[in-house]
Amino acid sequence: MSPLDRKLLRDLWRMRGQAFAISLVVAVGVMLLVMMNGIVNTLDETRQTYYDRYRLADVFAPVKRAPDHVLQDIAKIDGVGAVEGRVIGGALIDIESMAVPVRAMAVSLPDFGAPILNDVYLAAGRKISPRRRDEILLLKGFADAHGLAPGDTISATLNGSRRRFDIVGLAQSPEFIYATAPGEIMPDDRRFAVIWMSEEALAAAYDVDGAFNQALIDVARGVENKSVLTAVDRILQPYGGTGAYDLDDQFSNRFVVEEINQQRMSSYITPPVFLAVAAFLLYIVVSRLIEAERIQIGLLKAFGYTSAEVGWHYLKFILAIAIVGTMMGCGLGIWSGRAMAASFQQYYKFPFLVFAADPSVFLTAILISMSSATAGGLIVLRRVFALMPAEAMRPPAPDDFSKSASVIKTLKGVLDQPTRMIVRRLLRQPRRALAAIIGIAAGMSLSVGTLGIMAGFEDSFNLSFTVVDRSDATVIFIEPLGDKTIYELKREPGVFEVEPFRSVPVVLKHGVKSHRGEISGLIEAPQLNRALDADLNPIAMHGGGIVLGAPLAKILSVSTGDTLVVEVREGRRPVFEVPVTGIAETLLGAPAYMDLEALNRAMKEPNRVSGAHLTIDEAQSAAIYERLKDMPGVAGVALREDVRKAFRRIMDSGAGAMRFIMAILAAIITFGIVYNSARIAFAERAHDLASLRVIGFTRNEAAYVLLGELALLTFLALPLGYLMGVGLAEAMAEGFSTDLYQIPANVGLESFGTAMVAVLVASVLSGWLVKRDIDRLDLVSALKSRE
Amino acid sequence: MEIPESELVVFLGASGSGKSTLLNILGGLDRASDGEAHFFGQALTEMSDGQLTQYRRHHVGFVFQFYNLMPSLTALENVELVTEIADDPLDPAEALGLVGLGKRQDHFPAELSGGEQQRVAIARAIAKRPTVLFCDEPTGALDSVTGRQVLRVLQDINRDLATSIMVITHAAATAEMAHRVIEMSDGQIREMRVNPTRKSADEIVW
Repeated sequence: MSPLDRKLLRDLWRMRGQAFAISLVVAVGVMLLVMMNGIVNTLDETRQTYYDRYRLADVFAPVKRAPDHVLQDIAKIDGVGAVEGRVIGGALIDIESMAVPVRAMAVSLPDFGAPILNDVYLAAGRKISPRRRDEILLLKGFADAHGLAPGDTISATLNGSRRRFDIVGLAQSPEFIYATAPGEIMPDDRRFAVIWMSEEALAAAYDVDGAFNQALIDVARGVENKSVLTAVDRILQPYGGTGAYDLDDQFSNRFVVEEINQQRMSSYITPPVFLAVAAFLLYIVVSRLIEAERIQIGLLKAFGYTSAEVGWHYLKFILAIAIVGTMMGCGLGIWSGRAMAASFQQYYKFPFLVFAADPSVFLTAILISMSSATAGGLIVLRRVFALMPAEAMRPPAPDDFSKSASVIKTLKGVLDQPTRMIVRRLLRQPRRALAAIIGIAAGMSLSVGTLGIMAGFEDSFNLSFTVVDRSDATVIFIEPLGDKTIYELKREPGVFEVEPFRSVPVVLKHGVKSHRGEISGLIEAPQLNRALDADLNPIAMHGGGIVLGAPLAKILSVSTGDTLVVEVREGRRPVFEVPVTGIAETLLGAPAYMDLEALNRAMKEPNRVSGAHLTIDEAQSAAIYERLKDMPGVAGVALREDVRKAFRRIMDSGAGAMRFIMAILAAIITFGIVYNSARIAFAERAHDLASLRVIGFTRNEAAYVLLGELALLTFLALPLGYLMGVGLAEAMAEGFSTDLYQIPANVGLESFGTAMVAVLVASVLSGWLVKRDIDRLDLVSALKSRE
Repeated sequence: MEIPESELVVFLGASGSGKSTLLNILGGLDRASDGEAHFFGQALTEMSDGQLTQYRRHHVGFVFQFYNLMPSLTALENVELVTEIADDPLDPAEALGLVGLGKRQDHFPAELSGGEQQRVAIARAIAKRPTVLFCDEPTGALDSVTGRQVLRVLQDINRDLATSIMVITHAAATAEMAHRVIEMSDGQIREMRVNPTRKSADEIVW
C-alpha cells in the first residue's frame, strides 16, 4: 500500500467520529430514497402479482337479475377473454361484543371447481365442500379482529333471514385488499366482513336461482375497457344492469392505487430534499476539511506530487466517507423498506409481499452522494491548487478585521471582549457564517416540514371528528327510504337529533372528463355532519346547483357556471344535468354536494333519504342500538367512536409510520449538521483557542468564544429554518395529496417549537462534545502546530 | 550570480531580508515577480506549473524549519512518500540510516524529538537523490547540540553524495561550514564570498 493510502486510512481513523457523522447524514438521505422506492415498488409489484395470480376481473357488471345464458352473449363481445356470473348480496353478522350488527358482503363461489375469475386465497382451514349450504369462508382480517377461526360458527342475516354458518376457512381476495363497508372511507377489520359461500345457497337466499347479479369479465390485453363496458351495459340493460365499471372504479383497487400513487409522489419529492440537504452538508464539511489540510497539500506539492495526484488522494478521502454513507443508506433502506412494506399490510390485505426494488434507485443514490462529495472537494481543491506550494504552506494571512471595526466600536460599551471576538469573526467571514446558517436551517427545515405534515394529518383528523362530524352515530339504509323513517327515528326514546342525508352513487361527466363518485344531498343548514370549506365556513348550497370540492372541479375541469351531466348508478338510473354553482376548497376528499330536496327532485324521487346522522343519550345507547338493529330497512349503524378509532389506526400505520420515520431521519440530519459545524469550527480554531488559554482565559471563557459563535449561528438559523420548513411542508403536502385527498400542511407554532427544540438539543449536545475537547486542548502542541 | 554544482551554500540575512522568498523561487515553490532564475540552463521563471512540479519531483529536496512531517505516517512512511514518486531513489531505510535513525523508522513524528524529526525530514529530502537540497532554517527550532547534529548530517550528505545544498539561516556561525556565503538584506544580495577555510559542523559554536 502506498504511503499516501496509509495516510488516508489513518486520517480517516483519526477523524472517525466526524467521518461517521457525515456518513450518517448521507446514509439517512440515501436510506429514505431507497426505502420509499422499495415500498412503492413492492406494493405495486405485490398488487400486480396478487391480481394476476388470483385472476382479478377487469370489469365488474352489477345487474338486478340476469339469467345465466346472458353470460354467453357477454362472452361474444370483442375483447372479452373470460366471463363469469356470480351472486353477491349485503348481509349482517351478529357479533356478541359489537353493539350493532356488522355489515358484510356475501359473495358466491362456484359449487364445483375454482372460480374462473376473482379466486380467493385460502389463509386457513379448507375450501367449502360442494353444495354445503351452511359452510362459509370468512374474510381473514375480520376473523382475526374478532378471534374467529375455522370450526367456529357465526349467525348472519341474508336477505332478511337469519341463519347459522360454519366457518370452514379464512380467505383473502384481491378485490378486498382494502376492505370497507359501502359508504365508508376507512377500512375497519372489526366492522366489515366478507363471506364466501356456495353459489347455489346464495342464489336461493337472494332469489336469483339460475341467474346471476354480477358479471365478472376479463378483458383481453390491449383492448380498451371502455368499448367492453358499453357493450356489457347494452346487454345487461334489460335485466336491470346498474352500469358496468372497470378496476379504476373498483373501490378496493382505486384506494390501493391512490395510496401507492401517493407514496410514489411522496417518494419523488421527499428523498431528493433530504438528499439535497445531505449533499449540501457534505459540500460544506468537505470544503472546510480540505481548507484545513492546505499545509499538507502544499507539502505534497513541494515534494513534486502533481495536482492530479494530490486531488485524487483527497477525493478518495471524501469518496470513502460518501461510499460508507451510501452503502449504509442502501442497506438500511432495503431493510426498512421491507419492514415498512410489511407494516402496510395492516390495512392492505396482501397475503404475501413481492419485494421489489428498482436497481436504478441505487445508481441514483450512489451518483448523487458521489457527485455532491466530489463537487464539494473539487471546488476547494481548485482554490488550493491555484496557490503556489510556498503560499499553501504558509498559514493563511491573519484575517483582516478592520472592516468590522466601526461596527465593533459602537458595540464596545455593550459587549465584552470575547463576545466582540465572536461578532468580529462572523462579520469577517460572512460567507462562511451564511453557509453554516443555511446548513443548520436546512436541517431544521426537514424537521419543520415533516412535523408540519404530521400536524396537518392530525388537524384533518381532529376537524373531521369534532367540527365536521358532530353526530354520535350514523344509520345507513339498505336502499333509500321515505322520510317517514326519519320521523320514526325521531320518536325513538333517547334519540335527540336526527339529520337525514341522501347519498347517490353517480358518474359525473363534463365533456370527455368523467368521475365516478357520489353526490351528498344535505338538508338546509345541517348541524351534525356539515359541509365545510378549508376555512371551516359552511359551504352554501345555491338553489338546485351542485357544489364541487376543488380537486373534483380540477378532475372534471369545470368552473362555476358550467353544466355537469349526472348519470345516477342506482334505482331507475336517471340521467340529468345540473349547473355548477360553487367550488369549495374542502378539507379532505373530493366531495360533491347538492341540496337534499333539489337532488331528490332531479332523481324524481321526492322525500327519499339514504340514512341519518344521530345524536343520542349516551346512557341509553345500548338499548337504542338494539332497536335500530331490528328496524326494517337498516343496513347498518356506524358509531362515530368506532370510525374514529379505525381512522386513527390507519393514520398511524403505513403512511403514518412513514411520516414518523421521516421525522426521525430529519432529526438525525439536523444533529449531523449541527455536530459537524461545531466539530469543524473547533478544528479551525483550536490554535486560536489555545492562544487564548495561554494568555490566561479560563476553559469556560475559551469555550465561550467558540460555542457562543455556534449559539449565535444557531439562533440566526432558527427563523430561516422555519421559513424553509414552511416551503418544504407545502411541497410535501402537495406530494402526499392525491386527486382525492388534500392534505393540508400545518406549520404552526407547535411544529416550529418542536423543530426548534430538536435543533437546540442537537446544539447543546454537540457543544458539550466539543467542549470536552476544548477542555483537553494541549496548549503547547496546539501552539506548535503552526508557526 | 552563479552557483556551481555540489557546493554547500549558506544564505545569511535578517528576518524579512528575502532569503526564504529567494529559496522558494529557486526551489520552484513560488514564482518570481521580477528577474530570472536558471537551473542547468533552464529558466525556472518561465516554467509552467506542470514543469515546476516535475522539477521539484526529480531534482529538488526540501527541509523546513518546522520539519513538516505527515503526523499520520511513521518515519519510514514519511520517506516513502517521496521515494514513491522518484525515479531512482535511495532505499527509504537506507536514507534513514544515513541520518542515524535506522532504529527509529517505525515511530510516528509525535514519538520523535525535534532533532530526530528534522533528521527524518532530511532523510525524506535526500532519499530521492536530489540535485539540490534546499533547507529553510533547518536548525531554527533546535537546541545547539541537536542543531549541530543536523548540520553534520547535511555536511556528510554534501560530501558523500555530492548533493548541492542551500541553507538559509540567521545564525552567522553556520556560514563557517559553507563553500560559499551569500548575504542578503532588503530583498537584495549584498555580498557573496567564497569561504577559504571551511570548518566542520562539529567545530561550529553559536
